[in-house]
Amino acid sequence: MGQNLFEKVWDAHAVRSLSNGQTQLLIGTHLIHEVTSPQAFGMLRDLGLKVRYPSRTFATVDHIVPTDQRVEPFSDPLADAMIKELAKNAEEFGVTYFDLGSGKQGVVHVVGPEQGITQPGSTIACGDSHTATHGAFGAIAFGIGTTQVRDVLATQTMSLGKLKVRRINVEGELKPGVYAKDVALHIINLLGANGGIGYAYEYGGSLFDSFSMEERMTVCNMSIEGGARCGYVNPDDKTFEYLKGRPYSPSEDKWDEAVLRWKSFASDSDCEYDDVVNISAEEIAPTVTWGVSPDQGFSIEGVIPNPKDEKDENARLSIREAIDYMKLEPGEPIKGTKIDVAFLGSCTNGRLSDFREVAKFLKGHKVAQGVKAIAVPGSQIVDTLARNEGLHEIFTEAGFEWRGAGCSMCLAMNPDKLVGDQLCASSSNRNFKGRQGSPTGRTVLMSPVMVAAAAVRGSISDAREVFSI
Amino acid sequence: MALEKITEVVGRAVYVQGNDIDTDRIIPARFMKCVTFDGLGEFLFYDVRKDDDGNDKEHSLNDPRFSGASILISNANFGCGSSREHAPQALYRYGFRAVIAESFAEIFFGNCCGLGVPCAAASHDDIKKITDLIELNPEMEVHLDVVNAEIVAGDLTFSVDIPAAAREALTQGRWDPIAELQEAEAVIAERVSALGYLPG
Ligand code: SF4
Repeated sequence: MGQNLFEKVWDAHAVRSLSNGQTQLLIGTHLIHEVTSPQAFGMLRDLGLKVRYPSRTFATVDHIVPTDQRVEPFSDPLADAMIKELAKNAEEFGVTYFDLGSGKQGVVHVVGPEQGITQPGSTIACGDSHTATHGAFGAIAFGIGTTQVRDVLATQTMSLGKLKVRRINVEGELKPGVYAKDVALHIINLLGANGGIGYAYEYGGSLFDSFSMEERMTVCNMSIEGGARCGYVNPDDKTFEYLKGRPYSPSEDKWDEAVLRWKSFASDSDCEYDDVVNISAEEIAPTVTWGVSPDQGFSIEGVIPNPKDEKDENARLSIREAIDYMKLEPGEPIKGTKIDVAFLGSCTNGRLSDFREVAKFLKGHKVAQGVKAIAVPGSQIVDTLARNEGLHEIFTEAGFEWRGAGCSMCLAMNPDKLVGDQLCASSSNRNFKGRQGSPTGRTVLMSPVMVAAAAVRGSISDAREVFSI
Repeated sequence: MALEKITEVVGRAVYVQGNDIDTDRIIPARFMKCVTFDGLGEFLFYDVRKDDDGNDKEHSLNDPRFSGASILISNANFGCGSSREHAPQALYRYGFRAVIAESFAEIFFGNCCGLGVPCAAASHDDIKKITDLIELNPEMEVHLDVVNAEIVAGDLTFSVDIPAAAREALTQGRWDPIAELQEAEAVIAERVSALGYLPG
């Protein structure tokens, strides 16, 4: 019997069993950023340890970095201190650092693939839950806590229990106006925000075969919102083509050998899964969230649920809490809900293809009065490529602010924040209470094109109507 | 490095009600601008505990009856969201030494375990029973027996789920794996050079 990719990668990286019953797993590639690494370096210093394989760790700044003012010192002294700390640690421990001056800085999950650091059949860890993104390349990529960041820095390994694997097949084609983001939100809605606990998600089927690498990244990115520890797509010719010629990809003379190796990691046709879920792509509608958990979502035609209709007490409480926080009324359609802010960006949807797709429709439209709209490229490279194509002009002409690269309003650790109970149409991945910087701020997750539609109308809208898709 | 063997946690408990309490709620992102975890306890659950002017809101952690509690009780999917260890660190630094909930998000669970903070999963009904009891008698000590995966509080005894690996690690004083990870250095070096991607 064959093996699936998860099992093959796991076996290739398992060092030994540990006394806690978990496996000591080799982490081939380690990515770090300014928020979750300084404490780990502090722990290394306390223990008198070094970074064991510094050439396998890559650093960048994304979470805190301002997206308007791009020169140090930054106006926020705490942010300034954290960014300086990362520079100091990278220097002292000999780790490659894509800083603001490198032209390669950006959200760590955008930078890894862009640089060819993310490769099929590898294990990747990063002190950030959206590390799952890298699974789009057939890597097994884990978000880890700071103590584990320490472990990986010190030993290039960490302690981990083996996961089960759920295969999620999506067959068919998406209807016009439906995007990879809708697929992600649909899956989470279907399986629940904790439906994936204990699992790695393998995404496949004809839809994923037809998806670009960027679309695959969008779905893998949100595996974590579905409770899965990681998500991946088997590597194929698209994967190899994407990686060819990137700075850290294998060189020309090693290329064929690398591709053979990569292919060998793909799940065998006769492998087994612990669970299989089948979804038809035609069923998926433009999807938006209405609550404060990513699984509280529905089609743009949805109406706010009534807690009274729920028999289960827990579910009733969750709905009540969500709609109270969101200030939405049971029975009301979500469409037409007024927005204050539109945010385009993040490691879910801050890639070149996202801005291209939005630009296609945005041309000739204007952001509605009273709406603050910001577009934040996922990396400096995305920024440069978008500018080369003139995309930033389409956005600024429409009334969007075009910013420098970073996480920005995805988690609002930098100055880009919601104010009071502002409602934000957001292409990011989390609609938790307070996520976008204001304790009472409200987030509605959706695809980038839907964000643009909301920005133009000033309210949550069906992009297919606004842009005649 | 000899670690404490965590076989039990005994202390008063406080109930923070709700499902899907995420790490952003446990420690809002803006308090993560720090290069050490030291001061985090102060900001635990900040946005649900404090109003815009920094005054206390109604929240069980602000209730003097529960001050000094070292066991936190909550509902389903506790600790979901980000992988940030700031959340368990904030709980730890606030003074919590164990969490009891209906279920836990995986990364959060692992992060807690790595700090020596047991996370015990109990049924919905048992959570209801124990929180009712605490509400009536906030002074009552709750006894989490990690070895036998059991909770005793007043007349109430019920079993909880603590996965075997975590239980082993905690009770054997191996919850911080660094020393054991380092032992395999020679094997790791061999394996790293055979990886076939990125330079070793
Ligand atoms: S863009 Fe958002 S989700 Fe992605 S790494 Fe940054 S903060 Fe995390």
